[in-house]
Amino acid sequence: MRFAVTRACGGGGGRARVGALYIGGCTTAPIETPSLLISTRKGLPTFVSRDHLATLPTPDSLLLHVSPLHFLDCPSSKTISNIGGLHRMLGLHEHFFVAAPRDSLESLPESEGTNKLGASFETPCGRRLVIKPSAYVEKIASLKPNLWASMADEVPAWVSEKRNKTSVDRTLRWLDECLALDPASGKTMLGVVVGGSNIEERKHCAIEVATRNVPGFWIGGFGLGENVEERSALLNAVTDNLPEEKVRFISGLSLPEEVLQGVASGIDLFDSTYIYHLTLGGFALIFPFKILDHNNLDFQLDDTVGDRTKINLRATIYRKDTTPIVANCSCFTCQNHTRAYINHLLNVHEMLAHILLEIHNTHHYLGFFRAMREAIKGGKFDLFRHRFIESRRIHLTSAVLCS
Amino acid sequence: MTTTTKFRVVTGKLHPVQLALECFCECFMQKPPSFPFSDPPPELSRPPPAKGEGERVGVVQGVPASYFLFDNKGCDFTLGTIKGLTNNQLEEIGCQIILGNTYHLALRPGAELIDDLGGLHKFMNWKRALLTDSGGFQMVSLLHLADITEQGVTFQNKIGADIIMALDDVVKTTITGPRIEEAMYRTLRWIDRCIAAHKRPDAQNLFGIVQGGLDPVLSYAIGGLAGGEDKDSFWRVVAQCTAALPEDKPRYVMGVGYPLDIVVCSALGADMYDCVYPTRTARFGTALVPEGVLRLKNQAMANDERPIDSTCTCMLSKDLHTSIVEGQFPEFVQRFLRAQFPKGNVPQWVCNAMEVAGVDISTCCAPITS
Repeated sequence: MRFAVTRACGGGGGRARVGALYIGGCTTAPIETPSLLISTRKGLPTFVSRDHLATLPTPDSLLLHVSPLHFLDCPSSKTISNIGGLHRMLGLHEHFFVAAPRDSLESLPESEGTNKLGASFETPCGRRLVIKPSAYVEKIASLKPNLWASMADEVPAWVSEKRNKTSVDRTLRWLDECLALDPASGKTMLGVVVGGSNIEERKHCAIEVATRNVPGFWIGGFGLGENVEERSALLNAVTDNLPEEKVRFISGLSLPEEVLQGVASGIDLFDSTYIYHLTLGGFALIFPFKILDHNNLDFQLDDTVGDRTKINLRATIYRKDTTPIVANCSCFTCQNHTRAYINHLLNVHEMLAHILLEIHNTHHYLGFFRAMREAIKGGKFDLFRHRFIESRRIHLTSAVLCS
Repeated sequence: MTTTTKFRVVTGKLHPVQLALECFCECFMQKPPSFPFSDPPPELSRPPPAKGEGERVGVVQGVPASYFLFDNKGCDFTLGTIKGLTNNQLEEIGCQIILGNTYHLALRPGAELIDDLGGLHKFMNWKRALLTDSGGFQMVSLLHLADITEQGVTFQNKIGADIIMALDDVVKTTITGPRIEEAMYRTLRWIDRCIAAHKRPDAQNLFGIVQGGLDPVLSYAIGGLAGGEDKDSFWRVVAQCTAALPEDKPRYVMGVGYPLDIVVCSALGADMYDCVYPTRTARFGTALVPEGVLRLKNQAMANDERPIDSTCTCMLSKDLHTSIVEGQFPEFVQRFLRAQFPKGNVPQWVCNAMEVAGVDISTCCAPITS
């Protein structure tokens, strides 16, 4: 794995940057960052099957996020090793797996159960599991992901200063433990930075982690109740103290606005639960992202009711809508099926609905990331960000004007 | 079909339905020859049987017979989709024709809506063949059935499948007595009404259902046999029907079934089948393999590194079809039975059926020690 910053937004204190992640042999084209890590459950997307995963845009869709905690029960580490690791087990040899224990759906960091021995996570079945660094590294060694984050003690924003400080000390200790236990000596390990909502702790942790010999960093502890306004300052406190040329991955920033915030602070990789929640709810993304092509803020009016971000395909207005979710979208769903069909599938509780929606939503969100990268390369990231946020609020302001 | 080894030890992750479904399909479906799949009207035509005995090869609008008619029932409903598989995935595994449930489609999204949007093919974007049943099976009261006879056909006309089923008075073929005669006459009256009500005879083929008797109708489905009757009666009824029905029309044994049943019925001269078995068993995490079934949720599978099916190419239908065409059906049956019953304990009813069908399976059965 090799990472290089290819374009920094520069000027005016902008921290956004475009990078290139070289994941394979020299013939493989690099994956450009900022990029999305597609969320998975046990290594595969929740609904999309392997063959449909291959129809998503490449090389963007080669980046997958995986949580080693999903594999704690079965199969055993020995079996996984015998098979040859994640890539062989799943038949996804070309893909790039980034492993972090936290996956905001099934393994939520549960700071009250965490103690000096290990980190605690809550799972949907109510089971709380505590994992020690040694068990964690053992699992990682059998899975062999391309990159993996060391273990962290992530705390929500409302804990006491003392608890927050403990989390920083503990995380650093576990980082060193993982480094020591790792058979590859941390060659593929991302050092974790925590610090909660305390700017000083964030800075302190970042400076410390930066001294370790790791190829990149995972920024944890966000998306756990911190104030959105404070977030930029906290993010900057971290990224300002990390080396420029190493990759930065963050968890917990899911929505487009949050991703924009992260990119503005210099983050390169994001995992997001946005697509999962949209898909479950029967929503399909329709927001326009090629917004720098327009000269003014007058976007073409979509005739859908409500916001122009997404449509709720369960709504009865789509019963006879024979148009695709988004006209001219090149994803499998839009090329083959209509809104009416998906509406029917949702009404009869068929899982094909979720498969089709996840394909489209992932495709669409990847397009959003691509548009962001183009904007950074063109030196127009701030404009892009401003216009995007404005357009998301237009439906609210126009509703007010009409009333 | 490419042989890919897929490791499935990560149980429960890949949706069990999808995963077992794929396996079943790979086992039982064939990579199709390039048949032209035009829009309806389908022409039902069959050449005379290729070989003697009971087995047959024919074409139903480019739906080669002895094909498994994929039942897209999930939860016993058919709702315009095969559970969890996309159309291109179905085409890839060789699915030629799928079955839709009229009653449920008429409920949601509604026959009118499907008609407005151009028919079920267009609605689902399924380019191959469709079959809808009469919708009668879900009705409870017999009085209701009397009303919906024509209505069922009308719904099916609107939904626009290639093959549609007439309404029948469902009764188990193994019972005797006056009920059976009653069902037969009622079914006959109803099929006449269906024929009269059928508005698109050139676009859709109406199949009549044989119930409790054998009388000439357009085409034949053999009904009432999926009800768990004992196997010995089951094969005898199928044999009786196929012997009496005209040679030149397709015979569709409804609700059948297990792979062994399909092999036996094919030997006796049946052509089409439908069953919930693949989807239902997939929901429970069971994969179908040449040797039988594989319960993937079982703890014993947790660390099993082998692929689900090392042959991993379609087994039943491809070999079934090719074997008939190449005059090697008996050899196919022997191979099939040896895989399923390696100890030679082939059930007695299978032996009886094969004797009637004229297929020699003596090499598969363990010798009787006396």
